[in-house]
Amino acid sequence: MTTEAAPFVPSFDDDVASDRKLAIICSKGNLDMAYPGLILANAAVGEGIETHLFFTFWGFDMINKETMGDLKFSFVGNTAMHPPGHTGISMHHMLGGLPGATSMATKMLKKSIADLDVPEVPEFLEILSASGCHMWACRMSADMNKLTEDDLYEGVEGIISATDFIELTAGAQMLFI
Amino acid sequence: MATTTIAGREYEVNEEGFITDPTVWTEELGAELAKLIGIDLTDAHWKAIRFLREDYGVMGETPTLRRVSTQAGIPVKELFTLFPGKPAKKMAYVAGLPKPKGCV
Repeated sequence: MTTEAAPFVPSFDDDVASDRKLAIICSKGNLDMAYPGLILANAAVGEGIETHLFFTFWGFDMINKETMGDLKFSFVGNTAMHPPGHTGISMHHMLGGLPGATSMATKMLKKSIADLDVPEVPEFLEILSASGCHMWACRMSADMNKLTEDDLYEGVEGIISATDFIELTAGAQMLFI
Repeated sequence: MATTTIAGREYEVNEEGFITDPTVWTEELGAELAKLIGIDLTDAHWKAIRFLREDYGVMGETPTLRRVSTQAGIPVKELFTLFPGKPAKKMAYVAGLPKPKGCV
């Protein structure tokens, strides 16, 4: 190699307008189902991808100021349940129906997540907002729950209809969670 | 292993062009790497880059964006302004480190 050759530099695609777009529909309000959408959205914005989150049905709890910091985890119906760090030990999922099981399971899951230095939902939304992730709330869910924009996390750009969402995510890759 | 010549010196790089040996890095090289990806380094950039170097020295892995923001006290929004598009990867490149492995 001669010194005149241009250095080999990673392609960060700055000169190419990327048309990749990702839309994630968050429809669940359980703590364990809130994270996949947030983590994937975070990865996508970090890669310079235009990213939209649409919160609908129970997913509304992720952006409702009253509930977003207090999502819960129940393992009823989750046959894959095991104690944290013990994938070989099974826990019968119906134990999750015992009084106090949900709060105990929630505490355990929150601890496992915090141990990895992954933030709780409200702080995660702050990070996504600061990273330029777009967030939208579902019109029908807002109406059903009698909620307005004042009730929602500030980073949410608007309450929009399903049609609006489909329009603004034209050409996007879609994920339903 | 590929090599490339930056400012008259030869460096080993991986298939994406990242410097493979973190120990060859100097601040002068960091400034050259930044120039190659179109970034003029300011004090704010250096604060992030120096944190990456220090943290890699202690933890043995490149910090994620969130770690840079919480541990170095640089807001995520600012990191996106300083290193537009793909801040975590660009910071790692300028700091002569592998791209971060962590998810968040």
